[in-house]
Amino acid sequence: MSGMSSSAPLPDGLVAVVKQDCPTCVLVAPVLVDLADRSSITTITQDEATFPAAADWVVHDADLALSWHNDIVTVPTLLKVENGRPTERIEGWWREKWEAFTGVADLGADLPDWRPGCGSLSVDPNLAHELAVRFSGSAMTSRRIEIASLEDEWEAMHDRNYSDGLPVVPPTEARVLRMLEGTTRHADEVVAIAPPDLVECTVEKIAINAVMAGCKPEYLPVVIAAVEAVCSDEFNMHGVLATTMDVGPILIVNGPIRNEIGMNSGGNVLGQGNRANSTIGRAVQLIIRNIGGGQPGGVDRSAHGSPHKLGLAFAEDEEGSPWDSFAQSRGFTAEQSTVTVWCGGGPTIMVDQLSRTPDSLVRHFAKSLLTNVAPRMAMMETVLVIGPEHMSRFHDAGWDRARFIEELESHLTIQTDDIMRGVDGIDEGAAPEMAGRVVPKFWPGGIHVIHAGGQTGLFSMAFGGWIPPPKGSVCTTKEITR
Amino acid sequence: MTTVLDPTSESRAEQRELVARPESLDGLTIGLLDISKPRGDVFLDRVEERLTSMGASVNRYIKPTFAKPAPVDLRHEIATSCDAVIEALAD
Repeated sequence: MSGMSSSAPLPDGLVAVVKQDCPTCVLVAPVLVDLADRSSITTITQDEATFPAAADWVVHDADLALSWHNDIVTVPTLLKVENGRPTERIEGWWREKWEAFTGVADLGADLPDWRPGCGSLSVDPNLAHELAVRFSGSAMTSRRIEIASLEDEWEAMHDRNYSDGLPVVPPTEARVLRMLEGTTRHADEVVAIAPPDLVECTVEKIAINAVMAGCKPEYLPVVIAAVEAVCSDEFNMHGVLATTMDVGPILIVNGPIRNEIGMNSGGNVLGQGNRANSTIGRAVQLIIRNIGGGQPGGVDRSAHGSPHKLGLAFAEDEEGSPWDSFAQSRGFTAEQSTVTVWCGGGPTIMVDQLSRTPDSLVRHFAKSLLTNVAPRMAMMETVLVIGPEHMSRFHDAGWDRARFIEELESHLTIQTDDIMRGVDGIDEGAAPEMAGRVVPKFWPGGIHVIHAGGQTGLFSMAFGGWIPPPKGSVCTTKEITR
Repeated sequence: MTTVLDPTSESRAEQRELVARPESLDGLTIGLLDISKPRGDVFLDRVEERLTSMGASVNRYIKPTFAKPAPVDLRHEIATSCDAVIEALAD
Protein backbone atom coordinates (compact mmCIF):
# COMPACT_ATOMS: atom_id res chain seq x y z
CA MET A 1 0.00 0.00 0.00
CA SER A 2 0.88 3.66 -0.10
CA GLY A 3 2.76 4.29 3.11
CA MET A 4 0.88 7.56 3.58
CA SER A 5 2.31 9.62 0.79
CA SER A 6 2.21 13.34 1.42
CA SER A 7 0.87 14.09 -2.03
CA ALA A 8 -2.85 13.87 -1.20
CA PRO A 9 -3.78 15.96 1.84
CA LEU A 10 -7.32 15.60 3.16
CA PRO A 11 -9.46 18.46 4.44
CA ASP A 12 -9.15 18.78 8.22
CA GLY A 13 -12.01 17.71 10.45
CA LEU A 14 -14.43 14.86 9.94
CA VAL A 15 -14.14 12.98 6.63
CA ALA A 16 -16.15 10.04 5.28
CA VAL A 17 -15.05 7.90 2.35
CA VAL A 18 -17.87 6.13 0.47
CA LYS A 19 -18.96 4.65 -2.83
CA GLN A 20 -22.49 4.35 -4.16
CA ASP A 21 -21.88 0.75 -5.20
CA CYS A 22 -21.96 -0.31 -1.53
CA PRO A 23 -25.23 -1.09 0.25
CA THR A 24 -23.83 0.04 3.60
CA CYS A 25 -22.81 3.41 2.12
CA VAL A 26 -26.30 3.79 0.62
CA LEU A 27 -27.72 2.88 4.04
CA VAL A 28 -25.69 5.59 5.80
CA ALA A 29 -26.23 8.27 3.10
CA PRO A 30 -28.96 10.00 5.18
CA VAL A 31 -26.62 9.97 8.19
CA LEU A 32 -23.94 11.79 6.17
CA VAL A 33 -26.49 14.39 5.07
CA ASP A 34 -27.59 14.72 8.70
CA LEU A 35 -23.95 15.19 9.83
CA ALA A 36 -23.42 17.86 7.14
CA ASP A 37 -26.52 19.69 8.46
CA ARG A 38 -25.92 19.35 12.17
CA SER A 39 -22.12 19.31 12.27
CA SER A 40 -19.45 19.49 9.60
CA ILE A 41 -18.21 16.70 7.35
CA THR A 42 -16.44 16.22 4.05
CA THR A 43 -17.58 13.15 2.14
CA ILE A 44 -15.22 11.65 -0.43
CA THR A 45 -17.05 9.58 -3.01
CA GLN A 46 -15.17 7.03 -5.07
CA ASP A 47 -17.65 6.35 -7.86
CA GLU A 48 -20.72 8.61 -8.30
CA ALA A 49 -19.75 12.31 -8.13
CA THR A 50 -23.08 13.31 -6.55
CA PHE A 51 -23.31 10.55 -3.95
CA PRO A 52 -24.66 10.98 -1.30
CA ALA A 53 -25.66 14.49 -2.45
CA ALA A 54 -24.81 17.14 -5.01
CA ALA A 55 -23.25 19.47 -2.46
CA ASP A 56 -20.08 21.39 -1.75
CA TRP A 57 -19.18 18.98 1.08
CA VAL A 58 -18.97 16.09 -1.38
CA VAL A 59 -15.62 15.57 -3.13
CA HIS A 60 -15.27 13.17 -6.05
CA ASP A 61 -12.10 11.04 -5.77
CA ALA A 62 -12.23 10.26 -9.48
CA ASP A 63 -8.65 8.98 -9.81
CA LEU A 64 -8.80 7.37 -6.32
CA ALA A 65 -5.67 9.27 -5.30
CA LEU A 66 -7.15 10.36 -1.96
CA SER A 67 -8.35 6.85 -1.17
CA TRP A 68 -5.11 5.17 -2.24
CA HIS A 69 -2.74 7.55 -0.49
CA ASN A 70 -4.71 7.38 2.75
CA ASP A 71 -4.90 3.59 2.83
CA ILE A 72 -8.68 3.30 2.61
CA VAL A 73 -9.52 -0.40 2.48
CA THR A 74 -13.20 -0.31 3.49
CA VAL A 75 -16.13 1.97 2.70
CA PRO A 76 -17.63 3.66 4.53
CA THR A 77 -14.61 4.81 6.54
CA LEU A 78 -14.88 7.73 8.94
CA LEU A 79 -11.67 9.70 9.50
CA LYS A 80 -10.55 12.41 11.85
CA VAL A 81 -8.05 14.56 9.95
CA GLU A 82 -5.47 16.98 11.30
CA ASN A 83 -3.02 18.88 9.09
CA GLY A 84 -4.22 16.87 6.10
CA ARG A 85 -3.47 13.48 7.70
CA PRO A 86 -5.90 10.98 9.25
CA THR A 87 -5.37 10.55 12.98
CA GLU A 88 -8.21 8.16 13.75
CA ARG A 89 -10.53 6.00 11.67
CA ILE A 90 -13.48 3.62 12.00
CA GLU A 91 -14.87 1.35 9.29
CA GLY A 92 -18.38 0.21 8.42
CA TRP A 93 -21.56 1.43 10.15
CA TRP A 94 -21.84 1.10 13.92
CA ARG A 95 -24.20 3.66 15.40
CA GLU A 96 -22.71 3.72 18.86
CA LYS A 97 -19.17 4.21 17.54
CA TRP A 98 -20.22 6.80 14.95
CA GLU A 99 -21.93 8.84 17.66
CA ALA A 100 -18.86 8.68 19.89
CA PHE A 101 -16.52 9.41 16.97
CA THR A 102 -18.48 12.42 15.69
CA GLY A 103 -19.83 13.69 19.00
CA VAL A 104 -23.27 13.89 17.39
CA ALA A 105 -26.14 12.05 19.07
CA ASP A 106 -29.14 10.24 17.59
CA LEU A 107 -27.55 9.23 14.29
CA GLY A 108 -29.58 7.03 11.91
CA ALA A 109 -32.30 6.18 14.36
CA ASP A 110 -34.14 3.98 11.85
CA LEU A 111 -31.01 2.14 10.74
CA PRO A 112 -29.83 -1.20 12.10
CA ASP A 113 -27.23 -0.88 14.85
CA TRP A 114 -24.41 -2.34 12.83
CA ARG A 115 -23.51 -3.19 9.24
CA PRO A 116 -20.09 -4.14 7.85
CA GLY A 117 -18.70 -2.05 5.01
CA CYS A 118 -17.58 -3.00 1.51
CA GLY A 119 -14.17 -3.05 -0.14
CA SER A 120 -12.71 0.29 -1.17
CA LEU A 121 -12.35 0.77 -4.94
CA SER A 122 -8.69 1.61 -4.31
CA VAL A 123 -8.03 -1.99 -3.25
CA ASP A 124 -10.14 -3.58 -5.99
CA PRO A 125 -7.97 -6.38 -7.43
CA ASN A 126 -8.68 -5.09 -10.92
CA LEU A 127 -7.36 -1.63 -10.08
CA ALA A 128 -4.87 -2.00 -7.25
CA HIS A 129 -1.80 -2.64 -9.41
CA GLU A 130 -2.60 0.17 -11.83
CA LEU A 131 -2.96 2.52 -8.86
CA ALA A 132 0.25 1.28 -7.26
CA VAL A 133 2.15 2.03 -10.48
CA ARG A 134 0.41 5.38 -10.92
CA PHE A 135 0.84 6.68 -7.40
CA SER A 136 3.91 5.04 -5.91
CA GLY A 137 6.12 4.90 -8.97
CA SER A 138 7.56 1.43 -9.11
CA ALA A 139 10.90 0.23 -7.90
CA MET A 140 11.40 -1.62 -11.17
CA THR A 141 14.45 -0.54 -13.08
CA SER A 142 13.87 -1.97 -16.56
CA ARG A 143 13.80 0.45 -19.46
CA ARG A 144 10.31 1.76 -20.21
CA ILE A 145 9.23 1.29 -23.80
CA GLU A 146 6.43 3.50 -24.97
CA ILE A 147 4.14 2.04 -27.59
CA ALA A 148 2.46 4.80 -29.53
CA SER A 149 -1.33 4.98 -29.47
CA LEU A 150 -1.55 4.25 -33.20
CA GLU A 151 0.57 1.14 -32.78
CA ASP A 152 -1.05 -2.17 -31.87
CA GLU A 153 0.65 -3.24 -28.64
CA TRP A 154 0.51 -6.93 -29.54
CA GLU A 155 2.05 -6.32 -32.94
CA ALA A 156 4.63 -4.06 -31.32
CA MET A 157 5.96 -6.96 -29.26
CA HIS A 158 6.59 -8.94 -32.44
CA ASP A 159 8.06 -5.94 -34.26
CA ARG A 160 10.62 -5.43 -31.50
CA ASN A 161 11.70 -9.07 -31.71
CA TYR A 162 10.53 -10.05 -28.22
CA SER A 163 8.41 -13.02 -29.29
CA ASP A 164 8.92 -16.71 -29.96
CA GLY A 165 6.47 -16.35 -32.83
CA LEU A 166 3.27 -16.58 -30.80
CA PRO A 167 1.55 -13.55 -29.30
CA VAL A 168 3.08 -12.39 -26.02
CA VAL A 169 1.22 -10.48 -23.31
CA PRO A 170 2.52 -6.88 -23.28
CA PRO A 171 4.44 -6.56 -19.98
CA THR A 172 2.97 -3.38 -18.56
CA GLU A 173 4.24 -2.20 -15.19
CA ALA A 174 0.97 -3.18 -13.52
CA ARG A 175 1.12 -6.71 -14.93
CA VAL A 176 4.76 -7.15 -13.90
CA LEU A 177 4.03 -5.76 -10.43
CA ARG A 178 1.23 -8.30 -10.09
CA MET A 179 3.57 -11.07 -11.29
CA LEU A 180 6.18 -10.10 -8.70
CA GLU A 181 3.65 -10.77 -5.96
CA GLY A 182 4.13 -14.45 -6.79
CA THR A 183 7.50 -14.46 -5.05
CA THR A 184 9.01 -13.10 -1.85
CA ARG A 185 12.25 -12.39 -3.66
CA HIS A 186 13.21 -8.82 -4.42
CA ALA A 187 12.87 -7.61 -7.98
CA ASP A 188 16.56 -6.72 -8.19
CA GLU A 189 17.83 -10.07 -6.93
CA VAL A 190 20.10 -11.77 -9.45
CA VAL A 191 18.87 -15.33 -9.91
CA ALA A 192 21.36 -16.53 -12.48
CA ILE A 193 23.82 -15.56 -15.17
CA ALA A 194 21.88 -16.26 -18.33
CA PRO A 195 23.57 -17.95 -21.27
CA PRO A 196 24.59 -17.47 -23.96
CA ASP A 197 25.35 -13.77 -23.40
CA LEU A 198 26.21 -14.43 -19.73
CA VAL A 199 24.17 -11.51 -18.43
CA GLU A 200 22.62 -11.04 -15.01
CA CYS A 201 19.11 -12.40 -14.89
CA THR A 202 17.08 -10.61 -12.19
CA VAL A 203 13.74 -11.55 -10.67
CA GLU A 204 12.30 -8.47 -12.42
CA LYS A 205 13.48 -9.58 -15.87
CA ILE A 206 12.17 -13.09 -15.20
CA ALA A 207 8.81 -11.64 -14.14
CA ILE A 208 8.59 -9.54 -17.31
CA ASN A 209 9.09 -12.59 -19.49
CA ALA A 210 6.72 -14.66 -17.35
CA VAL A 211 4.02 -12.05 -18.00
CA MET A 212 4.77 -12.26 -21.71
CA ALA A 213 4.51 -16.06 -21.66
CA GLY A 214 1.06 -15.88 -20.06
CA CYS A 215 2.01 -17.09 -16.57
CA LYS A 216 -0.03 -16.38 -13.46
CA PRO A 217 1.88 -14.95 -10.47
CA GLU A 218 1.70 -18.24 -8.60
CA TYR A 219 3.74 -19.89 -11.37
CA LEU A 220 6.64 -17.49 -10.90
CA PRO A 221 8.50 -19.53 -8.24
CA VAL A 222 8.54 -22.50 -10.63
CA VAL A 223 9.92 -20.33 -13.43
CA ILE A 224 12.59 -18.86 -11.15
CA ALA A 225 13.75 -22.29 -9.96
CA ALA A 226 13.79 -23.57 -13.54
CA VAL A 227 15.89 -20.58 -14.63
CA GLU A 228 18.36 -21.32 -11.84
CA ALA A 229 18.56 -24.89 -13.09
CA VAL A 230 18.95 -24.21 -16.82
CA CYS A 231 21.54 -21.51 -16.20
CA SER A 232 23.75 -23.82 -14.13
CA ASP A 233 27.10 -24.91 -15.52
CA GLU A 234 25.95 -28.52 -15.25
CA PHE A 235 22.89 -28.03 -17.44
CA ASN A 236 25.00 -26.23 -20.05
CA MET A 237 22.30 -24.13 -21.71
CA HIS A 238 24.83 -22.63 -24.11
CA GLY A 239 25.54 -26.05 -25.53
CA VAL A 240 21.86 -27.02 -25.51
CA LEU A 241 21.18 -23.98 -27.68
CA ALA A 242 24.20 -24.26 -29.92
CA THR A 243 23.80 -27.92 -30.84
CA THR A 244 22.41 -28.73 -34.25
CA MET A 245 20.27 -31.46 -32.66
CA ASP A 246 16.59 -30.98 -31.82
CA VAL A 247 16.91 -30.63 -28.05
CA GLY A 248 15.69 -28.11 -25.52
CA PRO A 249 15.02 -27.89 -21.80
CA ILE A 250 12.19 -30.12 -20.55
CA LEU A 251 10.75 -29.21 -17.14
CA ILE A 252 9.32 -31.84 -14.77
CA VAL A 253 7.54 -30.53 -11.67
CA ASN A 254 7.09 -32.52 -8.45
CA GLY A 255 5.68 -31.88 -5.01
CA PRO A 256 2.79 -29.89 -3.55
CA ILE A 257 3.09 -26.93 -5.93
CA ARG A 258 1.85 -29.08 -8.84
CA ASN A 259 -1.64 -29.13 -7.38
CA GLU A 260 -1.48 -25.65 -5.85
CA ILE A 261 -1.03 -24.08 -9.27
CA GLY A 262 -3.16 -26.60 -11.14
CA MET A 263 -0.57 -28.32 -13.30
CA ASN A 264 -1.61 -31.22 -15.45
CA SER A 265 -0.17 -34.68 -14.89
CA GLY A 266 -3.07 -36.57 -16.46
CA GLY A 267 -4.70 -36.69 -19.87
CA ASN A 268 -2.81 -34.84 -22.62
CA VAL A 269 0.00 -34.23 -20.12
CA LEU A 270 2.55 -33.44 -22.82
CA GLY A 271 0.05 -31.53 -24.94
CA GLN A 272 -1.92 -28.32 -24.93
CA GLY A 273 -4.79 -27.21 -22.75
CA ASN A 274 -3.35 -26.45 -19.31
CA ARG A 275 -2.22 -22.91 -18.65
CA ALA A 276 0.52 -23.72 -16.13
CA ASN A 277 2.03 -26.49 -18.26
CA SER A 278 1.87 -24.37 -21.39
CA THR A 279 3.26 -21.12 -20.01
CA ILE A 280 5.96 -22.15 -17.50
CA GLY A 281 8.13 -23.86 -20.10
CA ARG A 282 7.46 -21.04 -22.53
CA ALA A 283 8.58 -18.46 -19.97
CA VAL A 284 11.91 -20.24 -19.55
CA GLN A 285 12.44 -20.26 -23.32
CA LEU A 286 11.54 -16.56 -23.60
CA ILE A 287 14.01 -15.79 -20.79
CA ILE A 288 16.84 -17.57 -22.62
CA ARG A 289 15.81 -15.78 -25.82
CA ASN A 290 15.25 -12.27 -24.52
CA ILE A 291 17.57 -12.03 -21.51
CA GLY A 292 20.24 -14.56 -22.45
CA GLY A 293 20.15 -13.55 -26.11
CA GLY A 294 19.88 -17.11 -27.44
CA GLN A 295 17.82 -16.91 -30.60
CA PRO A 296 17.25 -19.30 -33.51
CA GLY A 297 19.76 -18.47 -36.23
CA GLY A 298 22.01 -16.91 -33.60
CA VAL A 299 23.55 -19.15 -30.97
CA ASP A 300 20.57 -21.52 -31.41
CA ARG A 301 21.83 -23.57 -34.38
CA SER A 302 19.30 -26.42 -34.28
CA ALA A 303 18.86 -28.01 -37.69
CA HIS A 304 15.19 -28.85 -37.16
CA GLY A 305 14.26 -27.71 -33.69
CA SER A 306 11.20 -29.35 -32.23
CA PRO A 307 7.66 -28.27 -31.30
CA HIS A 308 8.59 -28.66 -27.64
CA LYS A 309 11.15 -25.85 -27.94
CA LEU A 310 8.25 -23.44 -27.59
CA GLY A 311 8.44 -24.66 -24.00
CA LEU A 312 7.59 -27.93 -22.29
CA ALA A 313 6.71 -28.32 -18.63
CA PHE A 314 4.63 -31.04 -17.05
CA ALA A 315 3.92 -32.55 -13.65
CA GLU A 316 4.26 -36.10 -12.39
CA ASP A 317 1.10 -37.93 -11.31
CA GLU A 318 2.40 -38.70 -7.83
CA GLU A 319 -0.99 -39.51 -6.29
CA GLY A 320 -1.69 -42.23 -8.83
CA SER A 321 1.79 -43.69 -8.78
CA PRO A 322 2.70 -46.81 -6.79
CA TRP A 323 6.32 -45.61 -6.69
CA ASP A 324 8.21 -42.90 -4.89
CA SER A 325 8.08 -39.71 -6.92
CA PHE A 326 10.69 -38.80 -9.50
CA ALA A 327 11.93 -36.04 -7.16
CA GLN A 328 12.15 -38.48 -4.25
CA SER A 329 14.25 -40.77 -6.42
CA ARG A 330 16.59 -37.78 -6.78
CA GLY A 331 16.93 -37.19 -3.04
CA PHE A 332 14.11 -34.77 -2.28
CA THR A 333 11.17 -35.32 0.07
CA ALA A 334 7.50 -35.61 -0.86
CA GLU A 335 6.88 -32.28 0.91
CA GLN A 336 9.39 -30.40 -1.20
CA SER A 337 8.31 -28.83 -4.48
CA THR A 338 10.93 -29.23 -7.17
CA VAL A 339 11.53 -28.64 -10.82
CA THR A 340 13.87 -30.88 -12.77
CA VAL A 341 15.30 -29.69 -16.06
CA TRP A 342 16.50 -32.22 -18.56
CA CYS A 343 17.83 -31.63 -22.05
CA GLY A 344 15.90 -33.68 -24.58
CA GLY A 345 14.39 -33.86 -28.02
CA GLY A 346 10.82 -34.64 -28.92
CA PRO A 347 8.94 -37.62 -27.44
CA THR A 348 7.86 -40.75 -29.30
CA ILE A 349 5.12 -43.12 -28.31
CA MET A 350 5.61 -46.69 -27.11
CA VAL A 351 2.47 -48.68 -27.87
CA ASP A 352 1.84 -52.00 -26.14
CA GLN A 353 -1.76 -53.09 -25.75
CA LEU A 354 -1.32 -56.80 -25.18
CA SER A 355 1.39 -57.29 -22.55
CA ARG A 356 -0.10 -58.53 -19.33
CA THR A 357 3.15 -59.15 -17.48
CA PRO A 358 5.81 -56.64 -16.54
CA ASP A 359 8.45 -58.77 -18.17
CA SER A 360 6.69 -58.69 -21.54
CA LEU A 361 6.19 -54.95 -21.28
CA VAL A 362 9.82 -54.06 -20.45
CA ARG A 363 11.02 -56.33 -23.24
CA HIS A 364 8.82 -54.42 -25.66
CA PHE A 365 9.85 -51.05 -24.24
CA ALA A 366 13.46 -52.10 -24.78
CA LYS A 367 12.81 -52.91 -28.45
CA SER A 368 11.47 -49.38 -28.91
CA LEU A 369 14.23 -47.79 -26.87
CA LEU A 370 17.03 -49.46 -28.79
CA THR A 371 16.08 -47.17 -31.67
CA ASN A 372 15.97 -44.06 -29.42
CA VAL A 373 17.61 -41.17 -31.34
CA ALA A 374 19.11 -43.74 -33.71
CA PRO A 375 19.75 -47.50 -33.54
CA ARG A 376 23.48 -46.89 -33.84
CA MET A 377 23.66 -44.56 -30.85
CA ALA A 378 24.76 -45.99 -27.48
CA MET A 379 25.42 -44.51 -24.01
CA MET A 380 22.44 -42.19 -24.42
CA GLU A 381 20.00 -40.76 -21.89
CA THR A 382 16.19 -40.72 -21.86
CA VAL A 383 13.12 -39.64 -19.94
CA LEU A 384 10.30 -42.20 -19.97
CA VAL A 385 6.76 -41.08 -19.21
CA ILE A 386 4.94 -44.22 -18.14
CA GLY A 387 1.15 -44.08 -18.55
CA PRO A 388 -1.10 -45.27 -15.69
CA GLU A 389 -2.31 -48.37 -17.53
CA HIS A 390 1.24 -49.47 -18.26
CA MET A 391 2.26 -48.64 -14.69
CA SER A 392 -0.42 -50.96 -13.34
CA ARG A 393 1.48 -53.91 -14.88
CA PHE A 394 4.49 -53.12 -12.72
CA HIS A 395 2.41 -52.26 -9.68
CA ASP A 396 0.47 -55.55 -9.89
CA ALA A 397 3.72 -57.50 -9.99
CA GLY A 398 5.24 -55.53 -7.10
CA TRP A 399 8.03 -53.97 -9.15
CA ASP A 400 9.44 -50.78 -7.72
CA ARG A 401 11.38 -48.11 -9.60
CA ALA A 402 14.75 -49.80 -9.05
CA ARG A 403 13.46 -53.19 -10.21
CA PHE A 404 11.89 -51.63 -13.30
CA ILE A 405 15.10 -49.90 -14.33
CA GLU A 406 17.20 -52.98 -13.59
CA GLU A 407 14.94 -55.25 -15.68
CA LEU A 408 14.74 -52.70 -18.50
CA GLU A 409 18.50 -52.19 -18.60
CA SER A 410 19.01 -55.95 -18.85
CA HIS A 411 17.34 -55.79 -22.27
CA LEU A 412 19.16 -52.64 -23.39
CA THR A 413 22.64 -53.91 -24.05
CA ILE A 414 24.15 -53.64 -27.50
CA GLN A 415 26.76 -55.89 -29.08
CA THR A 416 28.98 -53.35 -30.77
CA ASP A 417 29.59 -55.80 -33.60
CA ASP A 418 25.93 -55.29 -34.52
CA ILE A 419 26.34 -51.53 -34.86
CA MET A 420 29.78 -51.24 -36.43
CA ARG A 421 30.26 -48.91 -39.36
CA GLY A 422 29.27 -50.74 -42.53
CA VAL A 423 27.17 -53.43 -40.85
CA ASP A 424 23.88 -53.98 -42.73
CA GLY A 425 25.12 -51.64 -45.43
CA ILE A 426 24.95 -48.62 -43.12
CA ASP A 427 27.97 -46.31 -42.98
CA GLU A 428 27.07 -44.82 -39.59
CA GLY A 429 28.18 -46.82 -36.60
CA ALA A 430 30.72 -47.54 -33.91
CA ALA A 431 34.41 -46.89 -34.57
CA PRO A 432 36.64 -49.92 -35.32
CA GLU A 433 38.27 -49.82 -31.87
CA MET A 434 34.83 -50.56 -30.36
CA ALA A 435 34.66 -54.02 -31.98
CA GLY A 436 33.77 -57.02 -29.82
CA ARG A 437 32.34 -55.08 -26.90
CA VAL A 438 29.02 -54.87 -25.12
CA VAL A 439 27.72 -51.36 -24.38
CA PRO A 440 24.52 -50.12 -22.76
CA LYS A 441 22.02 -48.20 -24.85
CA PHE A 442 21.71 -45.73 -21.96
CA TRP A 443 24.55 -44.86 -19.61
CA PRO A 444 24.03 -46.12 -16.01
CA GLY A 445 21.73 -43.51 -14.44
CA GLY A 446 20.60 -42.36 -17.87
CA ILE A 447 17.02 -43.63 -17.63
CA HIS A 448 14.68 -41.21 -15.85
CA VAL A 449 11.15 -42.47 -15.19
CA ILE A 450 8.06 -40.32 -14.63
CA HIS A 451 4.49 -41.50 -14.06
CA ALA A 452 2.00 -39.35 -15.97
CA GLY A 453 -0.72 -39.49 -18.59
CA GLY A 454 -4.41 -40.21 -19.05
CA GLN A 455 -6.14 -43.04 -17.21
CA THR A 456 -6.98 -44.83 -20.44
CA GLY A 457 -4.46 -45.88 -23.06
CA LEU A 458 -1.83 -48.60 -22.99
CA PHE A 459 0.88 -46.20 -24.03
CA SER A 460 4.05 -44.65 -22.66
CA MET A 461 6.34 -41.98 -24.08
CA ALA A 462 10.10 -41.83 -24.51
CA PHE A 463 12.14 -38.70 -25.08
CA GLY A 464 15.30 -38.64 -27.12
CA GLY A 465 18.30 -37.28 -25.28
CA TRP A 466 21.46 -35.37 -26.10
CA ILE A 467 25.08 -35.76 -25.06
CA PRO A 468 25.18 -37.37 -21.61
CA PRO A 469 27.16 -35.91 -18.74
CA PRO A 470 29.78 -34.77 -18.10
CA LYS A 471 30.42 -33.61 -21.66
CA GLY A 472 26.88 -32.54 -22.52
CA SER A 473 24.07 -31.68 -20.14
CA VAL A 474 23.37 -32.88 -16.59
CA CYS A 475 19.78 -33.47 -15.50
CA THR A 476 19.35 -30.85 -12.74
CA THR A 477 16.77 -30.56 -9.95
CA LYS A 478 16.11 -27.41 -7.89
CA GLU A 479 13.79 -26.92 -4.97
CA ILE A 480 11.03 -24.38 -5.61
CA THR A 481 10.75 -21.75 -2.89
CA ARG A 482 8.38 -18.81 -2.73
CA MET B 1 -0.28 4.93 -25.23
CA THR B 2 0.93 1.77 -23.51
CA THR B 3 4.19 1.56 -21.62
CA VAL B 4 5.85 -1.83 -21.34
CA LEU B 5 9.03 -2.97 -19.63
CA ASP B 6 12.03 -4.07 -21.67
CA PRO B 7 12.23 -7.90 -21.50
CA THR B 8 15.86 -8.03 -22.66
CA SER B 9 19.14 -7.67 -20.78
CA GLU B 10 19.38 -4.13 -22.21
CA SER B 11 23.02 -4.82 -23.05
CA ARG B 12 24.66 -4.38 -26.40
CA ALA B 13 27.47 -6.49 -27.80
CA GLU B 14 30.83 -4.77 -27.64
CA GLN B 15 32.24 -3.99 -31.08
CA ARG B 16 35.87 -4.98 -31.51
CA GLU B 17 38.20 -4.25 -34.41
CA LEU B 18 39.55 -7.34 -36.14
CA VAL B 19 43.31 -7.75 -35.93
CA ALA B 20 44.95 -6.74 -39.21
CA ARG B 21 45.34 -9.67 -41.62
CA PRO B 22 49.01 -10.80 -41.69
CA GLU B 23 50.90 -10.18 -44.95
CA SER B 24 52.64 -13.50 -44.61
CA LEU B 25 52.56 -16.54 -42.35
CA ASP B 26 56.33 -16.66 -42.20
CA GLY B 27 57.48 -16.82 -38.60
CA LEU B 28 53.98 -16.57 -37.16
CA THR B 29 52.55 -18.91 -34.52
CA ILE B 30 49.17 -20.30 -35.54
CA GLY B 31 46.90 -21.98 -33.00
CA LEU B 32 44.79 -24.90 -34.21
CA LEU B 33 41.83 -25.52 -31.92
CA ASP B 34 40.20 -28.92 -32.21
CA ILE B 35 36.71 -28.69 -30.67
CA SER B 36 36.87 -32.49 -30.15
CA LYS B 37 34.29 -33.45 -32.75
CA PRO B 38 35.04 -36.75 -34.54
CA ARG B 39 37.58 -36.36 -37.37
CA GLY B 40 38.39 -32.77 -36.52
CA ASP B 41 41.93 -34.02 -35.98
CA VAL B 42 42.07 -35.39 -39.55
CA PHE B 43 41.25 -31.97 -40.91
CA LEU B 44 43.63 -30.14 -38.58
CA ASP B 45 46.54 -32.54 -39.26
CA ARG B 46 46.33 -31.54 -42.92
CA VAL B 47 46.01 -27.86 -42.09
CA GLU B 48 49.10 -28.13 -39.87
CA GLU B 49 51.09 -29.70 -42.73
CA ARG B 50 50.15 -26.86 -45.05
CA LEU B 51 50.88 -24.13 -42.49
CA THR B 52 54.25 -25.59 -41.52
CA SER B 53 55.28 -25.77 -45.18
CA MET B 54 54.44 -22.07 -45.45
CA GLY B 55 56.86 -21.16 -42.66
CA ALA B 56 54.47 -20.90 -39.73
CA SER B 57 54.85 -22.70 -36.46
CA VAL B 58 51.76 -24.41 -35.12
CA ASN B 59 50.39 -24.92 -31.60
CA ARG B 60 47.68 -27.55 -31.23
CA TYR B 61 44.83 -27.18 -28.73
CA ILE B 62 41.77 -29.24 -27.94
CA LYS B 63 38.53 -28.38 -26.14
CA PRO B 64 37.49 -30.79 -23.37
CA THR B 65 34.05 -31.09 -25.01
CA PHE B 66 32.55 -29.73 -28.19
CA ALA B 67 29.28 -29.19 -26.29
CA LYS B 68 30.52 -26.26 -24.22
CA PRO B 69 32.34 -23.02 -24.94
CA ALA B 70 36.13 -23.29 -24.67
CA PRO B 71 37.28 -22.75 -21.06
CA VAL B 72 38.50 -19.25 -20.24
CA ASP B 73 42.01 -20.46 -19.43
CA LEU B 74 42.31 -22.15 -22.81
CA ARG B 75 41.11 -19.05 -24.63
CA HIS B 76 43.60 -16.97 -22.68
CA GLU B 77 46.46 -19.32 -23.47
CA ILE B 78 45.67 -19.22 -27.19
CA ALA B 79 45.30 -15.45 -27.19
CA THR B 80 48.62 -14.88 -25.45
CA SER B 81 50.73 -17.41 -27.33
CA CYS B 82 49.42 -17.31 -30.90
CA ASP B 83 49.26 -14.71 -33.65
CA ALA B 84 46.14 -16.28 -35.18
CA VAL B 85 43.85 -19.22 -34.52
CA ILE B 86 41.93 -21.65 -36.70
CA GLU B 87 39.05 -23.53 -35.08
CA ALA B 88 37.84 -26.75 -36.64
CA LEU B 89 34.29 -28.01 -36.71
CA ALA B 90 33.97 -31.48 -38.13
CA ASP B 91 31.87 -34.61 -38.02
